[in-house]
Amino acid sequence: MNHTLAELQSGVAPAADPTVKIAVKGLDFFYGDFQALTDITCDIRDNAVTAFIGPSGCGKSTFLRCFNRMNDLIIGTKHAGLITLDGQDIYAPGVDPVDLRRRIGMIFQQPNPFPMSIYDNVAYGPRLHGMKKKADLDEVVETSLKRANVWKEVKDILGRGGLTLSGGQQQRLCIARVLAVQPDVLLMDEPCSAIDPTSVQKIEDLMAELKSSVTIIIVTHNMQQAARVSDETAFFLQEVMGEPAMLVEFGRTAEIFTSPKDKRTEDYITGRFG
Amino acid sequence: MRDMKRITNAAALSVFWFAGLTTVVLLGAVILYVFVNGIGHINLAFIFTRPHGVNAEGGIWPMIVATLYVTGLAMLIVTPIAVLAAVYLAEYAVQGRLVRTIRFAADTLAGVPSIVMGLFGLAFFVEGLGIGFSVLSGALALSFLMLPIVMRTTEEAIRAVPKYIRWGSYGLGATKWQTVSRITIPAAMPRIITGIILATGRAVGETAVVIFTMGTMIFTPVLPTDPGRSMTVHLYQMAMEGINLPAAFGTALLLMVMILFFNLSARWLLRRNRRMQG
Amino acid sequence: MAEGLRPDPMPEEREATALSVRGDAGTLKLVSKATYFKEAALKNLFLACAFMAVAAVALIFVFVGYRGWPVFTEVGASNFLFGREWLPTQDLFGILPLFVGSIVVTIGALLLGTPLAVGAAVFLSEIAPPKVRSVVRPAIELLAGVPSVVYGFFGLLILRPIVADLTGGLGFGPLTAWIILAIMIVPTIATLTEDALQSIPNGIREASYAMGATTWQTISRVLLPAAKIGIVDAIILGMGRAIGETMAVLMVVGNAPGFFRGMGKPLSTLTSQIVMDMPYASGLHRTALFGMAIILFLVSMGLVLTVRLLSRFKEEGL
Repeated sequence: MNHTLAELQSGVAPAADPTVKIAVKGLDFFYGDFQALTDITCDIRDNAVTAFIGPSGCGKSTFLRCFNRMNDLIIGTKHAGLITLDGQDIYAPGVDPVDLRRRIGMIFQQPNPFPMSIYDNVAYGPRLHGMKKKADLDEVVETSLKRANVWKEVKDILGRGGLTLSGGQQQRLCIARVLAVQPDVLLMDEPCSAIDPTSVQKIEDLMAELKSSVTIIIVTHNMQQAARVSDETAFFLQEVMGEPAMLVEFGRTAEIFTSPKDKRTEDYITGRFG
Repeated sequence: MRDMKRITNAAALSVFWFAGLTTVVLLGAVILYVFVNGIGHINLAFIFTRPHGVNAEGGIWPMIVATLYVTGLAMLIVTPIAVLAAVYLAEYAVQGRLVRTIRFAADTLAGVPSIVMGLFGLAFFVEGLGIGFSVLSGALALSFLMLPIVMRTTEEAIRAVPKYIRWGSYGLGATKWQTVSRITIPAAMPRIITGIILATGRAVGETAVVIFTMGTMIFTPVLPTDPGRSMTVHLYQMAMEGINLPAAFGTALLLMVMILFFNLSARWLLRRNRRMQG
Repeated sequence: MAEGLRPDPMPEEREATALSVRGDAGTLKLVSKATYFKEAALKNLFLACAFMAVAAVALIFVFVGYRGWPVFTEVGASNFLFGREWLPTQDLFGILPLFVGSIVVTIGALLLGTPLAVGAAVFLSEIAPPKVRSVVRPAIELLAGVPSVVYGFFGLLILRPIVADLTGGLGFGPLTAWIILAIMIVPTIATLTEDALQSIPNGIREASYAMGATTWQTISRVLLPAAKIGIVDAIILGMGRAIGETMAVLMVVGNAPGFFRGMGKPLSTLTSQIVMDMPYASGLHRTALFGMAIILFLVSMGLVLTVRLLSRFKEEGL
């Protein structure tokens, strides 16, 4: 391990590189007695798209859910190691996971609009955080839906239930809902695995547009998608069932896909297993 | 050998058909009997006038008022407590001795015979707290009866809300209470209301609880502290004394219609909701 | 894995580490005291509501028990529980005949009702065409909601004369009570048994049919054994309903507080005797009625405990 205990306890990342948005140092993660992740260290770059790839059950989603402390919602989970956002320890005692989740938005595999109107879906976040005026809300709703590339399709049916949209539209509505609270980071947990191909195209375009203002981390099973959308790629692997997964290789996407350093990465990318 | 197998199978299946049909016929007979004998007696005067004379001729208006009053009040008392209790069990509770105790208590409460609940209401609300035979005492005792039913249906309703939807809310920086109050409970609302309606329907048909808490006096209650006689108690008294059977049939039919209305509206609500989300 | 918030750290802890978290807009916020206490207060409010169930059970036990206690001290527990005569006017408060009456009525109703209910459940779950099922199942559920006083009324006017023809006498007695109670518990047992059958994975049925088993063989050798704990649960709950049933029994059983003398001879049960005596009882007599209520309470609690123990067996795969 390349960091000292003192560094971990101080809660400050050792190197304050401004291009690093999230830094992870020696992260272990446990579900009860089962260790899911071991000794993960990596830097997530600001204003870039980072893809997490690897076979099913290799802990990519678990890792992703550490960034916004979504794992706190599962009883019996614990972690060791350090995760910093802009150099600050997100697991430091007293840090509000609720506020953290506002700053680090998340898109889930299954589109999950709330059972309310399209407008109320997008306005939900701003309302939570105290926005009350109709004019302000109208503006946020419109901007967010535009940024999520779904405004044209829904602008005349804002009062209709979010669940009446198609799967792909629902997913973009969920992206608009997250953008409405202006997060710095967007976590996407296999966002395209449950929707139709044309919507996948729209969401991939959207990621390219958004990355200038938002740091994006995407978990995907689709190698081509990772190669198309990401700047950096991390490959995870659980080598033995019941053992924790680890980060095998992390680097520029172009390098990972053309000249991986690790044999296991090469095997996975060329379709030898997984 | 082959034939034997086939014959056994056919014989067994016909026994099951018989069981299924007998059940339907038996239960249908009860309803049909009450319907056929009661329908002739139901008219506006029967519903909206007071009974008079030694044989309780005339209408059953005071009983209808007392029944709706006591069950409505019980519903108002039990709903907030039962719903919040279910929120605790479904959203906050961590498995442990406390939760096991609460669940065991709820199951026990659901199994308490209604006559025991009636005597308890008499000992505690009517005499102990000095509320007397009244709509309020009856409603409080009925709320004990309804509590476990509403708790269970509400907890199931909340648990049925997909966890993805909750995650969406937490992911936006909502606190637990914001998620519960703005997302989970509204999403579960149709099923929660269904549970409340079904429990109220059950309270409408209850006799042994209200006879010892609201009393048997024919009176149109206005204040919660007024006594009254429920439709079920009225039916019981007329049936046992063998007086005015037509009115007893009319009362029985009205009771069943009310309960049927409760059940069908609960079902309708559930189905409408399923279609909207489907 | 259970869902729910891990307890947040106390806000007091934050002073020590405040160094790492600056107060400006771009930095992580700490849990605000106001939010922390609001969330904690709400959680405790909900816990208090949930605890109402426990409080309710305790209140019932304490108040009914308190009213009934003198009968155990003044009449004596053995004279009360095992006394063979219930003659309040002569200060004889033996509830054994009433207790036996309750058991006779319950067991008879279960013997009549259970085969019918389980048969109907198997019919609904495994045999009935979907159209029939979609009509019959809700109908049975609706019938579970018919007030017991209506069943009693039906029994009094329809069943009683028929039974009178069969057994002689007026028709008040256990046989009438058995039939009416059996009809009443069928919906309870049938719906719960059907739930148990429906929860068996379809793969198990298919595996049995694939080996050439007939429907009957699949039902009798695979499905009923697989659902047996669920069915036993259903029967116990039906038993609870029968033993605690008051109005319907009261209206047809005849209310003669003696031992069982025949299917057509009047009998009395714990529940029916309470309602019969309560309006005029006073003093020790009234106390005895509360004592009977506490016995009923304990019996119903014992049944709930049994169901819980059974479900533990089910979890252990026995």
